[in-house]
Amino acid sequence: MVNESKIWEHLEDVFDPEVPVLSIVDLGIVRGVQVVKDHVSITITPTYSGCPAMHTIEKDIELKLKKEAISSYEIHTSIAPAWTTDWMSEIGKKKLKAYGIAPPQDEVDKSVLFADPLVVPCPKCNSSDTKLVSQFGSTACKAHYQCSTCKEPFDYFKCLR
Amino acid sequence: MTEKQALYKYLLRMGDDSLILGQRLSELCGHGPILEEDIALTNISLDLIGQATLLLEYAGESAPEKKTNDELAYLRIEKEYVNALLVEQPNGHFGDTIMRQFLFDAYRKPLLEQLLDSTDKRLAGIAEKALKETKYHLRHSSEWIIRLGDGTQESHQRIQNSLEALLRYAYELFFENEVDELLIAQGIIPAANSIFPIWEKTLHDVFEEATLLLPKNKWKFQGGREGRHSEHMGYLLAEMQYMQRTYPNMEW
Repeated sequence: MVNESKIWEHLEDVFDPEVPVLSIVDLGIVRGVQVVKDHVSITITPTYSGCPAMHTIEKDIELKLKKEAISSYEIHTSIAPAWTTDWMSEIGKKKLKAYGIAPPQDEVDKSVLFADPLVVPCPKCNSSDTKLVSQFGSTACKAHYQCSTCKEPFDYFKCLR
Repeated sequence: MTEKQALYKYLLRMGDDSLILGQRLSELCGHGPILEEDIALTNISLDLIGQATLLLEYAGESAPEKKTNDELAYLRIEKEYVNALLVEQPNGHFGDTIMRQFLFDAYRKPLLEQLLDSTDKRLAGIAEKALKETKYHLRHSSEWIIRLGDGTQESHQRIQNSLEALLRYAYELFFENEVDELLIAQGIIPAANSIFPIWEKTLHDVFEEATLLLPKNKWKFQGGREGRHSEHMGYLLAEMQYMQRTYPNMEW
């Protein structure tokens, strides 16, 4: 017998292909799970509209469901309401940091051009003396920083609101 | 013209702007002036192509005869593309690329902000998604305009030249015809004259900080919105459409 909370548990085992320590539930991209008479319907949302990982994520969900012997399912993609980093779970943020990626900070609106620079603490040594190398990092959702104390370069998971 | 036909034409414009600019930026993959910029420009390219996917998908469903987003992106002829001339202009040097991007971002952001209130919920949803990305793009391009304009004598002169060369193409972004009239009346899209002052103010503020001067020459080129493109467009399409034309119906 499948029920919704069981499906949520299964989805905790599906990981983001780009940030493999985060499950898609931690990341907040699972928008809904519905079970009607053993038919499972899952709605996911992309982090960025051109996110190339969406296809892989869909396939990974399918694999997991098949492994759990669930054969009747459908996966939808919905872009509205748009994903924000506020949907990332607190546990997710801790996992990110442990993995070496600075979690999203509470930022002011991106459109403020001449605002004070944001302080992103180094995920390795916690120093606040870090500098932005590039607004755009290894994937669309990350920016590139460097710590001035331990000299380590690191990724910052950008705050998206 | 029905509302649906107008919506189709409007979505094509937005979709083509995103697609063609995304294609232009993708040419820089592996050719950026520095590694960080290479990554930044291709990230922006990816965002734009993602936005084009959403817009052209919706356009294809609104088309007189249904089409997929791939058919719209890869199987039209030049005259059927309705992107503004600005976005098809060649990458030139880095200053040209950034100036083209800035002139576009400064227009796209207020457009998306006002589309959030569209009576068309699907278009409002696409705008909400795209706006989050476009804010980053505008910040990135503005910062470079300031850095280059207020940089060395050489960088200042070059970016000033880029401005002189590209501004004449930017006014077409505010093109309007009966398509817009119909959609504005239905509350689906904002009027160009509610976006233009915001665009002008962004230019004014950023150029002031960058010590750049707006050209006195107010030449305006247009044609892209009506399918009349510059000589660069054919080459761009030849490259972009190559795979789909060579291997019909191929998918990733």
